Amino acid sequence: MAAIVQGIGATAAPSASSNKFLLSSLGSSLLEKKRNFFVVRSDGKCYTGLNQQQRRAQNVVTNAVATKEEKASAAVGSKPGHELLLFEALREGLEEEMDRDPCVCVMGEDVGHYGGSYKVTKGLAEKYGDLRVLDTPIAENSFTGMGIGAAMTGLRPIVEGMNMGFLLLAFNQISNNCGMLHYTSGGQFKIPIVIRGPGGVGRQLGAEHSQRLESYFQSIPGIQMVACSTAYNAKGLMKAAIRSDNPVILFEHVLLYNLKERIPDEEYVLNLEEAEMVRPGEHVTILTYSRMRYHVMQAAKTLVNKGYDPEVIDIRSLKPFDLYTIGNSVKKTHRVLIVEECMRTGGIGASLTAAINENFHDYLDAPIVCLSSQDVPTPYAGTLEEWTVVQPAQIVAAVEQLCL
Amino acid sequence: MALSTHRTTTALLRHLTPAISYLRHISTDSTSTITVETSVPFTGHKIDPPSRSVDTTAQELMSFFRDMALMRRMEIAADSLYKAKLIRGFCHLYDGQEAVAVGMEAAITRKDCIITAYRDHCIFLGRGGTLLESFSELMGRKDGCSKGKGGSMHFYKKEGGFYGGHGIVGAQIPLGCGLAFAQKYKNDENVTFTLYGDGAANQGQLFEALNMAALWDLPAILVCENNHYGMGTAEWRAAKSPAYYKRGDYVPGLKVDGMDALAVKQACRFAKEHALTNGPIILEMDTYRYHGHSMSDPGSTYRTRDEISGVRQERDPIERVRKLLLAYDIANEKELKDIEKEARKQVDEAIAKAKESPLPEPSELFTNVYVKGYGVESFGADRKEIRAALP
Repeated sequence: MAAIVQGIGATAAPSASSNKFLLSSLGSSLLEKKRNFFVVRSDGKCYTGLNQQQRRAQNVVTNAVATKEEKASAAVGSKPGHELLLFEALREGLEEEMDRDPCVCVMGEDVGHYGGSYKVTKGLAEKYGDLRVLDTPIAENSFTGMGIGAAMTGLRPIVEGMNMGFLLLAFNQISNNCGMLHYTSGGQFKIPIVIRGPGGVGRQLGAEHSQRLESYFQSIPGIQMVACSTAYNAKGLMKAAIRSDNPVILFEHVLLYNLKERIPDEEYVLNLEEAEMVRPGEHVTILTYSRMRYHVMQAAKTLVNKGYDPEVIDIRSLKPFDLYTIGNSVKKTHRVLIVEECMRTGGIGASLTAAINENFHDYLDAPIVCLSSQDVPTPYAGTLEEWTVVQPAQIVAAVEQLCL
Repeated sequence: MALSTHRTTTALLRHLTPAISYLRHISTDSTSTITVETSVPFTGHKIDPPSRSVDTTAQELMSFFRDMALMRRMEIAADSLYKAKLIRGFCHLYDGQEAVAVGMEAAITRKDCIITAYRDHCIFLGRGGTLLESFSELMGRKDGCSKGKGGSMHFYKKEGGFYGGHGIVGAQIPLGCGLAFAQKYKNDENVTFTLYGDGAANQGQLFEALNMAALWDLPAILVCENNHYGMGTAEWRAAKSPAYYKRGDYVPGLKVDGMDALAVKQACRFAKEHALTNGPIILEMDTYRYHGHSMSDPGSTYRTRDEISGVRQERDPIERVRKLLLAYDIANEKELKDIEKEARKQVDEAIAKAKESPLPEPSELFTNVYVKGYGVESFGADRKEIRAALP
């Protein structure tokens, strides 16, 4: 129990829901949070915000490879839902939030008339007008700053970086004015901004357009970072990020925009600080996010055939880490493999390794293995680019090594 | 000039002033209009400058004097507190530039927004900040405007429409355009004054922000407080074109004598009308700071003491208003001295009270990082001592 408390303290997960279990067992008073929307949790259980204990009951599924079918069928109302691509899911989430709250606005390069370089904002400018879906000049530093200034007054802007790498130009605004302003003003101003964009290694896009910025932003105090990986969590996380009063950076991936999936018809919002259990298992915990989830699931098929039972968790929340879900998994399997697309040096995996080592050291039977991209600029040549990122074969080999 | 003839008459009457003070020409509370001509005309870039004749009232002139005296006293007191090591870190003082703060306040309402860089103590005061909040924040105490967590460069007052207080040079300019964007979005007929210095005028983000403000007709007024030195570098050594009001190119500009509170008031009123109908405008305030860039800068290595004292003698903003008040016989020397003494007393009281204010609790380290708070017990960096039960 002490380890859990320390773990939560170390990363200071802001989610009240994930800690109510601990607080209730420690005898402290609970904070009742009123929820007035329908929430579907990552393991498929749905609730309308009543019994906290019920939420934390483990729902171990023994044979699911991917619980996508599970999720859809467990959705209350048993409606079949509708099928769409990931970028359409993002757009749906965005549109629903813009309908719901007139303060929500979008700004970025080519988001308006062009419809967004990845079509995430297609059709929105015709519906909401040029001021709410604002085409900006190519000036990342200033339009990000502008979004932050607008957020200070109460607007809820969504700043789109055409490619995450371009947001490096806005680093000063994101770090100093976005992350720190709530603190340095003593709580007077809140910055409910969402900064989103595609990043990650694509198909031979070259070094500057294949950057992964999650490692650069992870130390900024005051921001939250989430990475979406499926159409279902893309829509849920987009909505949650817009509703959040904290600045949220939503990392999308260039290669995942055309993923087709069936998502529920009802409105749902996901928890920003929660990790997703993709495949429960017994032998090893594989932690991953974004595109690497699919490489891991591919490797998982091979591993299941070879007789291993990996537990795959899509961590989703890059800052702060959901050490509750991760910790429970580590306690079950005692082995951890982290598969990420970030660079090895100073990446998300490096921080996660440190956090798990600090908090769950007693539960580990083997050192944590972290598979990351190589510390090189992404080359253009196809074969070289393939070897920059982690491939399923490497994941299989690592699990075999770990589970010896 | 009308002013000089008036002055000689008043000089003669001065001997009789104590006796006939109750028969004053204009009472201090009078709101009847006085028209004063600014000593320097406005220069316009792609715009017709406003008239040199400024309407004001006795009440307003008295408030100028009172506010500027308070601001001057506050900054001088901050100087001594810094030398006594009660204020640490960086402390950028505004004495000499007070006319910009009070003139701007006189032309606008609290619904308009002001955002500035790190030389923000006096503007904070003008926006409704109290001396206690100011000194407490400077000394890092709980009663400070940012709960002691911001410091000299991070004064904010949300109710007063003061958006800070920013340390990175030029980063507040896009923020200011964002404030103007929100005002346009909400259609609320207010404007944003974004202040920056002559040093920041060379930042790329200024031109990016100007482009966007002009493109979308945002009600943004960009005010360059040109005190001629970017820390230690004179403006002619940093800028190819030191005519900052012209550098907006397609954005109209106005050059204003920033040491004259009435000229500043006229320019800001004019700019507000312009911004609400025609989009952004640049105001260049020709002003001067007596102190160095910050308390760690003596301020005399890159300029001569003669220059500083010359400006103090000829262009000091408080002296100008004092001369006006005496010339129009709104107050006499003794009353003005009393006001300055009162300012000194208020400042001393505020300092004493601020010194009693406690330092923030250790748990404050973790509050306000996120809006919702952590909702859990959190450990400090050493994992042992500082434990916070957060809201």
